[in-house]
Amino acid sequence: MNAITAALRRIGAMSIDGIWRLGFATRFLLAVLMNSGQSLRRIHLTIRELFFSGVLSLLIIVVSGLFVGLVLGLQGYDILQRYGSADAVGVMVALSLLRELGPVIAALLFASRAGSAITAEIGLMKTTEQLKAMDMMAVNPIARVVAPRFWGGVLSMPLLAALFSAMGIFGGWFITVVVIGVDDGAFWSQMQAAVEFEYDVLNGVIKSAVFGTVVSLIAVFEGYDCQPTAEGVSRAITRTVVTSALAILALDFVLTSFMFRG
Amino acid sequence: MPTPAERTSPLVSLRDVRFAYGEREVLRGIDLSVHRGQVVAIMGGSGCGKTTLLRLIGGQLRATGGTVEVEGRDVARLSGKELYALRRRMGMLFQFGALFTDMSVHDNVAFPLREHTALPADMIHDLVLMKLQAVGLRGAAKLHPNELSGGMARRVALARAVALDPMLILYDEPFAGLDPISLGIIGQLIRRLNDALGASSVMVTHDVHESLAIVDYIYFVSDGRIVAQGTPAEIRASTDPFVHQFVHAEADGPVPFHYPAAPIDSLLDEEGA
Repeated sequence: MNAITAALRRIGAMSIDGIWRLGFATRFLLAVLMNSGQSLRRIHLTIRELFFSGVLSLLIIVVSGLFVGLVLGLQGYDILQRYGSADAVGVMVALSLLRELGPVIAALLFASRAGSAITAEIGLMKTTEQLKAMDMMAVNPIARVVAPRFWGGVLSMPLLAALFSAMGIFGGWFITVVVIGVDDGAFWSQMQAAVEFEYDVLNGVIKSAVFGTVVSLIAVFEGYDCQPTAEGVSRAITRTVVTSALAILALDFVLTSFMFRG
Repeated sequence: MPTPAERTSPLVSLRDVRFAYGEREVLRGIDLSVHRGQVVAIMGGSGCGKTTLLRLIGGQLRATGGTVEVEGRDVARLSGKELYALRRRMGMLFQFGALFTDMSVHDNVAFPLREHTALPADMIHDLVLMKLQAVGLRGAAKLHPNELSGGMARRVALARAVALDPMLILYDEPFAGLDPISLGIIGQLIRRLNDALGASSVMVTHDVHESLAIVDYIYFVSDGRIVAQGTPAEIRASTDPFVHQFVHAEADGPVPFHYPAAPIDSLLDEEGA
């Protein structure tokens, strides 16, 4: 009986803690938005973060996108040729990437590459009292450190997802058209006919913008809120990756159910 | 320029200041003053609330009782904007420098100038070199913080703290972890910069000998209260048991060697029985 009570208590404590943190994160988001003026006025601060979050994530995004496209092409061809529809492989590759895989996998990779780096950087700045030093110099660390990193992440995520999808489609084309020998014209024309800009492309972009906002918020919040110790920073980085992954997958389901109800 | 009345009134004044972290009371009624031009040291053992005092003066914490006044204004009552306006006239040296690791030495010192002034880039460059020259590190302007020794990093942080010519400089353990040469250099710089800028300084430290050589006045804090105070000469001549223990680094005294525990005899009796 005692074990059940203890387990229930633990679940209760975790739930309350989770709700507290959600509240803190919401207030933190408001503070970031209210202190975002400097990120726009001194745009070089945001461009610098765009470079760190976006440009430095290019390699992992391009290579992963290419391989996901290659695998999609192989699997798609294998299944579709059984029904005599191998020409439709382009449609399958493009729709899977634009609607789901592009935004979701790019966001998962972004969370582990750029999100963890943002958390680590802000967490270490906190641990080494750099944020306090800034505050004592009458410079608001949320405006100077957090907001540019947040906006850098928000802006780079849709671009990375678009690049991921483009590389995936290229990979799918290469394996099916160049290697297997599917008709080039059929591959592109069927894709062009089946993919709608608003329904497929734009919804994918909206998804990646939502994921970018959520992952960037989680990354800056975990860094700013971490315990200022080596262990605290390491825990914050783990939380960024785990929470981001769960949030991306859960939000993807919610967004898909609203966007693609058929 | 301060008026004659302002010149005689203390720049920093703490009256019956109390502070608690949750249930744990760390300051239990502190009274102290820092006059213009003075270098004042606050001394005490580790964890006695010295750094908390510094944070109260800088407005990073708010006292749970009493008043903390800087230039006659209650720091706890200032709005966010007013507090930032006050901090622009304060410099703070953190325990390990707290230099921005993604910037060069030059950019670290230039940071407050770039954030708070509209000076042209070449003028900021000249000012930075002047500040670095004052701490003897003009030649290190292009280095990054990870290329500096502990003592050099502290000097760069000192140059950054005085970049805007502050009226009040706060030092959190400026001598911690330094070799004797760096320690002497930092001590002399604190005194020299204070006098050259016409500023006032508050220094939290437990380095007795270095502090006695450079400060004008010393407060000893123990158990959240001021237990002794005086000029360096008075402190050296003091017969107060706490001051004597602190100045002569004695292991036992008013600050006991043993953490409170049951007498050892009772433990032996138990084992014997």
